[in-house]
Amino acid sequence: MNWEPLLLTFKLAAVTTAILALVSIPLAYWLSHSKSKLKPVIETLVSMPLVLPPTVLGFYFLIAFSPNNAFGNWLNEWLGIKLVFSFGGLVIASILYSLPFMVHPIQSGFSSLPKSLTEAAYVMGKSKLVTLQKVLLPNIKTSLLTGIVLAFAHTIGEFGVVLMIGGSIPGKTKVASIAIYDEVEALNYDTANYYSLILFIITFSILLIVYLINGGYLKRFWK
Amino acid sequence: MIQLDIHKTLKAVNGNMDLQLNLEVQKGQLVTLYGDSGAGKTSTLRMLSGLLKPDSGYIKVNDTVWFDSETKINLSPQQRNIGYVFQDYALFPNMTVRQNLEFALQSNQDNTIIPDIIDIIEIGELQHRSPNTLSGGQKQRVALARALVQQPKLLLLDEPLAALDINIRLKLQDYILKVRREYDLTTILISHDISEIIKLSDVVFVIEEGRIIKRGTPEEVFIGTNISNDLKLVGEVLKIENKGSEYTITALVQANIITIPINASEAEKLKTGDKIVITPKEFHSKIHKVN
Repeated sequence: MNWEPLLLTFKLAAVTTAILALVSIPLAYWLSHSKSKLKPVIETLVSMPLVLPPTVLGFYFLIAFSPNNAFGNWLNEWLGIKLVFSFGGLVIASILYSLPFMVHPIQSGFSSLPKSLTEAAYVMGKSKLVTLQKVLLPNIKTSLLTGIVLAFAHTIGEFGVVLMIGGSIPGKTKVASIAIYDEVEALNYDTANYYSLILFIITFSILLIVYLINGGYLKRFWK
Repeated sequence: MIQLDIHKTLKAVNGNMDLQLNLEVQKGQLVTLYGDSGAGKTSTLRMLSGLLKPDSGYIKVNDTVWFDSETKINLSPQQRNIGYVFQDYALFPNMTVRQNLEFALQSNQDNTIIPDIIDIIEIGELQHRSPNTLSGGQKQRVALARALVQQPKLLLLDEPLAALDINIRLKLQDYILKVRREYDLTTILISHDISEIIKLSDVVFVIEEGRIIKRGTPEEVFIGTNISNDLKLVGEVLKIENKGSEYTITALVQANIITIPINASEAEKLKTGDKIVITPKEFHSKIHKVN
């Protein structure tokens, strides 16, 4: 069996999750605090990947990033970035595709904190950034963990977007979910089963750990 | 000294309410805002602390302008140095009691003040506990202690004792008096409890639908006269009894029930449930009805 698709899957999930965390914390903070008229529009856009077929997202990425089009051409000529059928393209598509899974838990975490915590810190002379670091984020640890794990697991599970924009280039864009599809097409059910089983066990374990931690079971066990 | 003249339209459940306040607080005074919920008391504290922006007017504290709609000055809450005790205490659950106090230290402040405050408010045995494990009265004390760390010139207390039972409440009133003596603080308190107000405050502002309708000492406001007696018992009439020509009254004073003889003329003015102030005299106690 070839381990490359599995390793590529976890590399993609790790990179995507890391970048998503950096993007989602400020975005979720803004969404939970803002009274802007733009907010419903942004909220809708963030939630779109939940209902949109992944192939739609993948299709538009393919069109936008294609070197035959103005934007893709500009990226290619000026920045030397080729996003179609490349790992970079997969990362960007995955970030958008998994965005709601990271943003929603963090946003509801922020919203669940009483406003008086923030206000108490402000009255003490603390800046917004210090308040975020020392008061808000430490009090939504479970939401952060949920967001990180869901985004990671969801990236492992993606198929349509990856297929559209990445194709199936071994070592570059052929992730495990696509490898399974290829193996089934080639009637290699044994190999497909190995990949599937590994993905099944790993995602089950990750989610189980989250529920154990968030439910406080582990803490009780160690006490 | 605080001078404040502000206007703000507040969105309330049943339409808009105009908050129009003009008040002055002398340095070192303890002032109480009294009124129904929704009258604009909390909004007043929020505007003083910079958490809510008035529509127009000015706020001046010791000749520093904190807010002025004409010159567009509006200091942020961070710049005002206010001690604020929130209704829900707002203790940070991720920090211990002591870390809560330490977080309130200003960047150039040394931390020797923390043991002092811990001593005064007597929270030494609580300092390594997490706020979630504290009782209401303990949380309240920690919140008061934390508000003092930054050595504010102005202390705002938003109904700090409302949720506590009577014995803890009496104890905390003593802490507020102690703190005020110790740090010479100008304090603004929101309270619904007349006995608490008479015990603690120098001046009362009665606020109704966004306007101050009465101001003065607690006696002037609630009783209508100044009482010279040092001992004042504030209570509620439970029972008025007529035994021949004599009347007795039974009243709940804080946690105690007392029965005292009164004049027929006084008895006529009272009914069960009235709030009263009793000023014990040598032979006969005098009863003042609280309006």
